[in-house]
Amino acid sequence: MANMPVSEMRLPPHLAHLLAARRLDTAKDVLSLPEVELMAILDAGLPTARAAVALVSEAACPPYQTALALLEERVRLGGGVRLATTLCGLDEALGGGIPMGKLTEVVGPSGIGKTQFCLKLALLAALPEYYGGLDGRVVYIDTEFKFSSRRMIEIGQKSFPQIFRQEGLAQKMAGRILVTRPTSLADFTKSLEEMKVTLLQHDVKLLIVDSMAALMSLENEKATAGFRQHPLRWTLSFLKSIAEFSRVPVVVTNQVRSQSNDDGYHFSFEVDKKDGNKCAERFDSHLVAALGIQWAHAVTVRLVFESHSGHRFIKVAKSPMSPAVAFPFIVESSGITLLSDESIDVTGPGITSIHCQGQNVLAR
Amino acid sequence: MGEQSGAQNAWDMLSDEQSQKHITTGSGDLNDILGGGIHCKEVTEIGGVPGVGKTQLGIQLAINVQIPVEYGGLGGKAVYIDTEGSFMVERVYQIAEGCIRDILEHFPHSHEKSSSGQKQLQPEHFLADIYYFRICSYTEQIAVINYLEKFLGEHKDVRIVVIDNVTFHFRQDFEDLALRTRVLSGLSLKLMKIAKTYNLAVVLLNQVTTKFTEGSFQLTLALGDSWSHSCTNRLILYWNGNERYAHLDKSPSLPVASAPYAVTGKGIRDAVSSHHKRARVT
Repeated sequence: MANMPVSEMRLPPHLAHLLAARRLDTAKDVLSLPEVELMAILDAGLPTARAAVALVSEAACPPYQTALALLEERVRLGGGVRLATTLCGLDEALGGGIPMGKLTEVVGPSGIGKTQFCLKLALLAALPEYYGGLDGRVVYIDTEFKFSSRRMIEIGQKSFPQIFRQEGLAQKMAGRILVTRPTSLADFTKSLEEMKVTLLQHDVKLLIVDSMAALMSLENEKATAGFRQHPLRWTLSFLKSIAEFSRVPVVVTNQVRSQSNDDGYHFSFEVDKKDGNKCAERFDSHLVAALGIQWAHAVTVRLVFESHSGHRFIKVAKSPMSPAVAFPFIVESSGITLLSDESIDVTGPGITSIHCQGQNVLAR
Repeated sequence: MGEQSGAQNAWDMLSDEQSQKHITTGSGDLNDILGGGIHCKEVTEIGGVPGVGKTQLGIQLAINVQIPVEYGGLGGKAVYIDTEGSFMVERVYQIAEGCIRDILEHFPHSHEKSSSGQKQLQPEHFLADIYYFRICSYTEQIAVINYLEKFLGEHKDVRIVVIDNVTFHFRQDFEDLALRTRVLSGLSLKLMKIAKTYNLAVVLLNQVTTKFTEGSFQLTLALGDSWSHSCTNRLILYWNGNERYAHLDKSPSLPVASAPYAVTGKGIRDAVSSHHKRARVT
């Protein structure tokens, strides 16, 4: 809509000519200018500039829907609109499973089980519907060379033994999972662009990026601080739009790093908290800023994988449908299993911090 | 009240101010620091860290604005402008249900009433009165804000416009920062004008970022310098230990203050520690 050509807007001829003469060819061209500057460029009076802005805005504005129509559309397009993880407690907390058309982040320290979780999700999306799957293809972007087909099939065989005993099913399932291994951000960007077409043409039902941080850190090493923000923002925006556009769940994994002194934690009106006397205080940081705070704002669901008190937990740290709760889990041959479907409530600082064997760390 | 093209004297403004209605947030404590709730004819910015409840509050206000007049509400409709895809319609339904349950609890005989024109207390009816715009670029955001002037003229029962969130697209796509500041100023003036002209509340949700001031990094609202002077009220949502708090940071008539609140299955309500005995509808 931003690039909608002025020529297609059916403006009154005198306005259309005026804009064309000044090379204001798209909605973006016209609307990016403050009124006064538009007047100057068009060499016209205020009423003319205002009329142009009003008409172009009306043409470029996306149509509205009532929230009810939105709900009805969701229901019509496929009831559940979730990818069930088969971890009952987690699915219940998430309102059925991983949401479609939104960005879900899986973050945690290395070795905790993020890739195991992704492998299981990939399998679930590939399984036929009568086995509870989405019967579709999966695109798995593997930036750390962690994807193991052998392991994924093992998970399949152990979790769904009856299904996988069938002739050729393992091969069929594996065949539905497309793994790409970009080695640089440029590569990754290129795959994403090609992705848009693939997603629609090939009935892709899940997109996994494992892991996002690896790509970003590659770029950090060579780039300056200023540049760091750009590829991230663009990627973020693009992933979200792919998700919404194709109504596919997008799962992104992320790494953690230990805290540095540069992290700001508080607002200016929160006095007396700036002194780092107690290390514990610093961890009630709201900067679960994986890849920066913008990332944390942009994901719809955040699942934090962490370990403390000798156990591993999956914590639902951000979700529109649920308060913060955690579930203990283990990793077995059949993949991730919850030790209990009863959720443990998480409050306050615990929601935003990430525990790693007793030390609190921040997402990168 | 007649249309006045010139200035108004302060006495008339006082009676205007006093008759102004507020939109309840769902939490009595929050309403108290806001002087009753979110004000119509004003622009309120609500900022906070990810996950603290900005969208939850935005949705709650889009529902609460619809509380019928006979139950102490405004009986209005809502415009919800979603710039990031945060709007989850199943959650909106839940919040509508929660609001209705509270109304019925406080007005136990309401289901027996059958006055004509009364809004039916069904979640579907509340959802039907939220006009949802999904925008994907700053151009579309500018377009929708400009278009609102015409839209609101055609839908005079809208009493709240929520933009969730207002800075997202401007932070990433705008190359020329000086131009960005000028464009944002223009937008904020438009929004103030809309609030006053159509007697509605404009609520802008905003992200948080870090800024280096006074020798350390602090949290601050995004695009603060371009934007901070244009909002009449500013509310900041943050974590205080285990609880969610709201801090009224800017207001023309109320003192700076903080209050706790909670995000429950029913929506925004008083924190458990609150002295308000029960959930308030109005």
